[in-house]
Amino acid sequence: MAVKVSLKVNGKSVVAEVEERTLLVTVIREHLRLTGTHVGCDTAQCGACTVSMNGRAVKSCSMLAMQAEGTEVMTIEGVAHADGTLHPMQAAFKEHHGLQCGFCTPGMVINAIDFAKHHPDPSEQEIREALEGNLCRCTGYHNIVKAIGAGARAMAASK
Amino acid sequence: MGAPLIGARVERKEDYRFLTGAGQYTDDVELPRQSYAVFVRSPHAHAILKKISLDQARKAPGFIAAYTGEDFAAAKLGGLPCGWLITDVNGQPMKEPPHPCLAQGKVRHVGDQVAIVIAETSAQARDAAELVAVDYKVLPAVVDGAKARAKGAPQLHDIAPDNTCYVWAIGDKAVADAAFAKAAHVTKLEFINNRLIPNAMEPRVANGAYSRADDSYTLYVASQNPHVERLLMTAFVMGLPEHKVRVVAGDVGGGFGSKIYLYAEDVAVTWAAKQVNRPVKWTSDRSEAFLTDAHGRDHHTVAELAMDKDGKFLAMRVKTTANVGAYLSTFASCVPTILYATLLAGQYKTPVIHCEVTAVFTNTTPVDAYRGAGRPEATYVVERLVETAAREMKLDPAEIRRRNFITEFPYQTPVALQYDIGDYNATMDAAQQLADVAGFSKRKEESVKKGKLRGLGYAAYIEACGIAPSAVAGSLGARAGLFEAGEVRVHPTGSVTVFTGSHSHGQGHETTFAQVVADRLGIGIDSVDIVHGDTSKVLFGMGTYGSRSIAVGGTAIVKALDKIVAKGKKIAAHLLEAAETDVVYDRGIYKVAGTDKQKTFGEVAFAAYVPHNYPHDKLEPGLNENAFYDPANFTFPAGTYVCEVEVDPETGVVKIDKFTAVDDFGKIINPMIVEGQVHGGLTQGIGQALTESCQYDATGQLLTGSFMDYCLPRATDVPFYQVDTRETPCTHNPLGVKGCGEAGAIGAPAALMNAITDALGVKDMPMPATPQAVWKVLNNKQAA
Ligand code: FES
Ligand code: FES
Repeated sequence: MAVKVSLKVNGKSVVAEVEERTLLVTVIREHLRLTGTHVGCDTAQCGACTVSMNGRAVKSCSMLAMQAEGTEVMTIEGVAHADGTLHPMQAAFKEHHGLQCGFCTPGMVINAIDFAKHHPDPSEQEIREALEGNLCRCTGYHNIVKAIGAGARAMAASK
Repeated sequence: MGAPLIGARVERKEDYRFLTGAGQYTDDVELPRQSYAVFVRSPHAHAILKKISLDQARKAPGFIAAYTGEDFAAAKLGGLPCGWLITDVNGQPMKEPPHPCLAQGKVRHVGDQVAIVIAETSAQARDAAELVAVDYKVLPAVVDGAKARAKGAPQLHDIAPDNTCYVWAIGDKAVADAAFAKAAHVTKLEFINNRLIPNAMEPRVANGAYSRADDSYTLYVASQNPHVERLLMTAFVMGLPEHKVRVVAGDVGGGFGSKIYLYAEDVAVTWAAKQVNRPVKWTSDRSEAFLTDAHGRDHHTVAELAMDKDGKFLAMRVKTTANVGAYLSTFASCVPTILYATLLAGQYKTPVIHCEVTAVFTNTTPVDAYRGAGRPEATYVVERLVETAAREMKLDPAEIRRRNFITEFPYQTPVALQYDIGDYNATMDAAQQLADVAGFSKRKEESVKKGKLRGLGYAAYIEACGIAPSAVAGSLGARAGLFEAGEVRVHPTGSVTVFTGSHSHGQGHETTFAQVVADRLGIGIDSVDIVHGDTSKVLFGMGTYGSRSIAVGGTAIVKALDKIVAKGKKIAAHLLEAAETDVVYDRGIYKVAGTDKQKTFGEVAFAAYVPHNYPHDKLEPGLNENAFYDPANFTFPAGTYVCEVEVDPETGVVKIDKFTAVDDFGKIINPMIVEGQVHGGLTQGIGQALTESCQYDATGQLLTGSFMDYCLPRATDVPFYQVDTRETPCTHNPLGVKGCGEAGAIGAPAALMNAITDALGVKDMPMPATPQAVWKVLNNKQAA
């Protein structure tokens, strides 16, 4: 049975016709072809699929598309400014070498932005704990933790 | 032009696309008329395939096609080849059982491929695959390498009696035995180097396409070495001419070894694409990755070190059983031999070393190179032995190392390698300082006051990188060359595109290599782009593994750059009406020595492409050069790691309080990237020692088949690292570079386990040192 799902993605209204079992991440990647959102696991552990929904970071592999009805979703493609300038959190990841292969990166950045909104000047421990749901196999987290700290402070400063 | 780029912390060119979701990973590639494949896999570790019925699957919605091993046999598709021939102690070639792409008559590990099912959507392919009915006769399984050769153990392959692939040895056993007989002290350890599952965050993906128009194939695949993949697939499996096959490995989300190999799925989708005349895409899910990506390590080792009364090393004896899994993966045979036993000298002057390795087949996922590949296992042997020996002989563990360090170079080890250069005291000194080893006893007192245990451990590792001189590798059994290729294409207005056979899957080649090119040519880094990962663009390549990219791939580029500069000189000499010998190239400008006559690099490039005023009698137009570089030797990065832990005896929880790494990677191009490589390597090494362990039950079911059971280190498991470098430039490549990708994973496990055993006051501690394992060891100690 196909169902219709309407939501806003990166500020644009979209309507997708999907099966009931279709996951939100499938709509994002396959229907909308927004391939910056990644799938790294099948047990909701890795966070590569994290998107922002109504301002909160959620794992799009763990939601049915239907559950996104009427929501506002932001994917990594919607994070930078319209002219292409990086968001302060993205810029911090670049400056602090918080990414290597880049596969975990979109989820890390989206999660970090949500976290930074509530932690304008986070401690190392707070950042590490906030990464509970995001796995990275490349960086050893060292530079991700640094980047998130710097990005959070930059976000707070630019407010 | 501005400051030198070699050695500068340049932010990465590739980051913008990754940070904005514009990366193009293989699963992001969607082709017109795309179809989707799912593999039916064995749920049993060992079974006879009695019957496969596709009838129900064929009726499923969206079904396109399905194939089994029979179809592959009828199509005369070969099995997956092994790229390295090991000769056993009796002079016989290793046993190489067939490794079919789809099972033929028997399955040998859980996850073994039985059929490929193709449908209109991935969900439909999944549904249809569920309907494939397979009748198995289940056989007893063997999973433990140490038990595989036991009497009565289930036999995997007819051609490999006792499940033995080979028994291989290096070194002189009689001389070693004689040295042991005279030793004042012998330290002996027995341990398991735990099996690991690589888990690059991007699962494997393969998307095969076929064009009737020109009878050609394209395979998009998450691979670390697209040319090798093509060579193996065309020449050894499918019998296709290489010029009809293009392999593209675009952005790849981490590899760590697991994406070096030619996998069955890659062949299957490529072949099937022609059968169904549509592109066929397979995307591994994480559960499949756990079951089918080649695993790493899995050694059972007994090792002994003989010393005189002053702790001088006299000899080492090592006996290892290496579990290679159910089939020989692409480089499975050389990892526990050539890449392992040759590193057993470590940083020390041990005069005699004997090592015997028995490789066995078991009903488990094939094992192959995983970050470090043989060298972490060797370092674990050497550095656990040395530290234990120091404790037994009441010597300071740093002091026993210093007494035995190799200090003169070149140094010929007793296990085939010749180290060109190093300064092991320098990295030890620096590591001790940075780790504040002097303050350890004070910190230990503080811990004791809190009821905690504190320990400190070293690992002074060495590795052989920049693999490899082809002739040497060939004499050791390699079935491939191990050079690298590069091409420098200068465009008419002086910007440059460089094509490299190396492959970046996180290492940042697009930046590091561009720094080398821009620095050498004296042009801006924005004028340089690096292209890799496409056999239709890059002339040839051996790919990225064994920390070889900058040492081998980088050198190939430097050689091509030298040719560019040399040709440019001829052009400039003509334009400046000077003798070629009077023209010098200085950071982007050709100058006539002693005059103010000059031409910029851009002007010379323009003249090469608009050759109105040009030495046509002597030179071809254009400015484009290739180079192939076959290294003269391995490179030998080395360093000292110091780990300090605090253990809670109540819970067994190990907290890494400090981790210090001082490495000698030779010359460094981009310290920011190098540090990142060390951080990542350390974390994988810490993962092996603290959290990760692949576990099978006795029937061969994988118990650690998801991120819920297999514990990848998370951000809270690791500290901020203290990393630094010392530099002895490699003597045999023009950049003086050695490679840095694996060091962390090589040195970390031994340093961490040395620290933990120090804290607990025990000799043995199995990896991973989970709270439960630590608690058990402490309780046993108290009971004893
Ligand atoms: S893909 Fe969603 S958590 Fe891993
Ligand atoms: S950068 Fe590769 S997984 Fe995080």
